Amino acid sequence: MEYLIGIQGQDFVLVAADNVAASSIIQMKHDYDKMFKLSEKILLLCVGEAGDTVQFAEYIQKNVQLYKMRNGYELSPAAAANFTRKNLADYLRSRTPYHVNLLLAGYDDSDGPGLYYMDYLSSLAKAPFAAHGYGAFLTLSILDRYYRPDLTRDEAMDLLKKCIEEVSSASISRRFHLHYLHLFNLFHL
Amino acid sequence: MALVEVSGFKPYSELRGQIFPTKQTHLVDRTSHYSFGTKTQEFAVPLGVEPSGFLKSCRNDGGVNIDLNHGTTTLAFKFRHGVIVAVDSRASAGRYLASNDVNKVIEINPYLLGTMSGSAADCQYWERLLAKECRLYRLRNNQRISVAAASKLLSNMMLGYRGMGLSMGSMICGWDKEGPGLYYVDDNGTRLSGRMFSTGCGNSYAYGVVDSGYKEDMTVEEAYELGRRGIAHATHRDAYSGGVVNMYHMQEDGWIKVCKEDVSQLIHRYRKGMF
Repeated sequence: MEYLIGIQGQDFVLVAADNVAASSIIQMKHDYDKMFKLSEKILLLCVGEAGDTVQFAEYIQKNVQLYKMRNGYELSPAAAANFTRKNLADYLRSRTPYHVNLLLAGYDDSDGPGLYYMDYLSSLAKAPFAAHGYGAFLTLSILDRYYRPDLTRDEAMDLLKKCIEEVSSASISRRFHLHYLHLFNLFHL
Repeated sequence: MALVEVSGFKPYSELRGQIFPTKQTHLVDRTSHYSFGTKTQEFAVPLGVEPSGFLKSCRNDGGVNIDLNHGTTTLAFKFRHGVIVAVDSRASAGRYLASNDVNKVIEINPYLLGTMSGSAADCQYWERLLAKECRLYRLRNNQRISVAAASKLLSNMMLGYRGMGLSMGSMICGWDKEGPGLYYVDDNGTRLSGRMFSTGCGNSYAYGVVDSGYKEDMTVEEAYELGRRGIAHATHRDAYSGGVVNMYHMQEDGWIKVCKEDVSQLIHRYRKGMF
């Protein structure tokens, strides 16, 4: 089962996703990247139905890049999140809705870091921490217990590791490589 | 022009008026969300026709017993000296064996191969269409299409007909500027790049054998043997796979066909220690 998690700090957002692409009982890929870079300061994490995920995420990604080409400046994370949600909502009651669950992590130069939770019913919520998948049932309480708005980067990493340990040990699927991304500098850990 | 009259050529609009007397002017389907505003669709689907419903009526629960060709084992893996592609050759229609000698590898061009599993008709049609698109790309851009682009074209074709009953699991293998390339594409739009894939109902058996015998620094002969073993053991356990092993080796300057060996003879050779 796919898992996404995000934790927002004072000047960063830490996100992680599992690395497995599975098809019924077979794990087809162990190094699958579920993160889509929308711009230098915005990252979209996408899980859900096969085919829908990549198609929807790439559509959003290309449109955000097109905005920058047309207007000369980038969309803010809030604008990108609302644009994404609007697309989900528009297709929700069509013949072919997208079945995708998303986390959007961004850093706005004036408003600071932001983490946006979206699901396949096109809900949108800006949250200090969020998770998707069965792993969320295990880790949201850990985040409730230990999260503080003034977490340092190391403390946030420790909290993330606690969550990942819990999901790995309690999860049926034992192969769980998590791919961390620390948003402020957009480097991979 | 005189030739037009002599040949009896009818302009398309006249013909269309005869086929669609009710003045239906659009042959193409409504734009689905995957077409994103593009104008052309490859397939004309008359409005109101529901392909998946029709397919359902052809199966057991609809009263008619037409089972589509489904069972297969195909596998492909990358290694130091290229990509090995090995497939079985059985086509089954329910419990009936339609053929034991089907070619499940489509030779798209001398440097691209596609495998087929799922519905035989879907695979053959869409991969031939892909071959056409690859050829057009080569003519328009004066350079070969990359494996990533070819697999993306096929994946987009699949996504355009999502939910309409297509059944195809294919691996696109080739060698381009980035080196050996292997992509898995299937009918629900999944497109994955990887080191090894296996498709069809015998895929789990093939995964077991190839995963345990794989070494990055295999020689070419060892790789051939691993491919043969993967298919042979899968056909041994899976009732819907069998026939012969068709094996191809994708090298830097194109693919070569390695062998076409009967599975029962391979199993006979391997039987020591099997049971």
